[in-house]
Amino acid sequence: MTENLADPQAMLPRRETAWGFAAAFIVMVAFFALAPFMLYPVFLMEVLCFALFACAFNLLIGYVGLVSFGHALYFGWASYFAAYAAKSWGWRPEFAVLLGTGAAAVLGAIAGLVAIRRQGIYFAMITLALAQMMYLVALRVKMTGGEDGIQAVPRGHLFGMFNLGNDRTMYVFILVVVVAAFLLIYRIINSPFGEVLKAIRENEQRTISLGYKTDRYKLLAFVLSATLAGLAGSLKALVFQLASLTDVHWNMSGEVVLMTLVGGLGTVFGPVAGAFIVVAMENYFSAFGQWVLVIQGAIFVFCVLLFRRGIVGELANVLHIKL
Amino acid sequence: MFEIFGVPSQALFGQLLLGLINGSFYALLSLGLAVIFGMLNIINFAHGALYMMGAFAAYLLLQYLGIGYWWALIIAPIVIGALGVLIERLFLQHLRNLDHLYGLILTFGLALIIEGLFRNTYGSSGQPYSVPESLQGGRNLGFMFLPNYRAWVVAFSIVVCFATWYGIERTRLGSYLRAATENPTMVRAFGINVPRMITLTYGFGVGLAALAGVMAAPIYNVSPQMGSDLIIVVFAVVVIGGMGSIMGAIITGFVLGIVEGLTKVFFPEASNTVIFAIMIVVLLVRPAGLFGRHA
Repeated sequence: MTENLADPQAMLPRRETAWGFAAAFIVMVAFFALAPFMLYPVFLMEVLCFALFACAFNLLIGYVGLVSFGHALYFGWASYFAAYAAKSWGWRPEFAVLLGTGAAAVLGAIAGLVAIRRQGIYFAMITLALAQMMYLVALRVKMTGGEDGIQAVPRGHLFGMFNLGNDRTMYVFILVVVVAAFLLIYRIINSPFGEVLKAIRENEQRTISLGYKTDRYKLLAFVLSATLAGLAGSLKALVFQLASLTDVHWNMSGEVVLMTLVGGLGTVFGPVAGAFIVVAMENYFSAFGQWVLVIQGAIFVFCVLLFRRGIVGELANVLHIKL
Repeated sequence: MFEIFGVPSQALFGQLLLGLINGSFYALLSLGLAVIFGMLNIINFAHGALYMMGAFAAYLLLQYLGIGYWWALIIAPIVIGALGVLIERLFLQHLRNLDHLYGLILTFGLALIIEGLFRNTYGSSGQPYSVPESLQGGRNLGFMFLPNYRAWVVAFSIVVCFATWYGIERTRLGSYLRAATENPTMVRAFGINVPRMITLTYGFGVGLAALAGVMAAPIYNVSPQMGSDLIIVVFAVVVIGGMGSIMGAIITGFVLGIVEGLTKVFFPEASNTVIFAIMIVVLLVRPAGLFGRHA
């Protein structure tokens, strides 16, 4: 573990950490397994897709200390590729999702190579600018359908057997994929690779002096994050049967920052909680039009000034466990 | 009128002028961002929203108080600059010891609040703002028709940019500012009120954005989202130029505006992405930016 006196969680013995995680993980999975009996499945699927998106984003901001302000690029473009494959080529859903995810990985590798050439605040501006560039491309090229987007995307039959047109089947599919991706992220964070990422977050110069090629680690982390964001975007395209400009717009890049911040930067469960709260809030306030922007902005300001640990971060602090 | 590379001179020089005008706004905004970043170590995401407020201030002054363009040019930057001072006192001063990213996120939140409020009140469609009477019309230069107002915008932006450069690089106050950018603790030890300087710097940068907004009002429609699209391009401009040098920010802004204008003539489909493409090339060739100091 990285030795970091500022972060009391890092001082905890490993076993205690694992128990905290296991308990919280069971609570989370149980919640999402039982929730469809009380809440709309489509709403919950939206939450799950955004939870995965936010977890992918958190991998960068929370564990490498890189702020990408352009994650909508991977999320949105993956959803375009998945939707296009499913609709125009009639691909089966698993292949459409794989294509979208792969496309996000390629885009992430290209953008990452450019963006990691600068650090800190410049990194954020570069990722934002690259995402805006690809937004303008999406506005123009034929494949995306411009203002209309790609509509009426067929959900199809998973492995040719399970009809995803049924919301319950779709829900199980989404839940399984998102939970698997969540465990993968947990595994990455707690691997030797993840420890190097945390070392870069704490002190990049020192990590370089220890002999690590930090640029390679940062690039790989960036590609992983973009890929998982792409997975989330591809799934969302199937759930809503739609890929549109909303998902590539800078607003979406801001929303994923908001979810992660509300839930807790650098906590494993924070992005999931944050996604639930933000998606619920947006559904609730959708009738109020532009007030959603104002409320989002106010939450940003509030969190930065008074609530930097986020909900899960505060909870972990009170319970003295790592979440 | 004649042709250059098969393009009528009016089209070519017209786009060049439009590019120069866009360049003026890039220069004014990236200048403000650079000055603010130097003192506060914050990238002011709200810069675009404050530019939009400058344009709205001009529109509202005319609509409700009958105050015209010339007074708006003075009043709007002062009012919006004062708002900037308030923002710094209320929010930004609490972020001094935190990671850069919190400043970016907080000002992003402020931008959302401002844009949302204006959209609620004025909708997404633009409000027209007419060119002041004394600058209406234009003149025929033989190779193109030059509208007076556009000539004024370019000339005045150049004057403002160079005045700012002179103020920072050549005056005593500017030397305090530069010293405080380098080493605030030391400057404080000499008895200079650095926190107040920081507050006023933010107010000044914001005032520049508002000034650009007033100048933009008669050219573009005054609309709530006019700032958010622009600010992202300005970020790319800042990455290309690097924030180390005031003159660098000015030159980069104007040059990129012209390049964008030329692209509009020769490759219209690439015109709104060309600046981002240049950013990628610059990052690959010279990561610190054209005028940047190596970090």
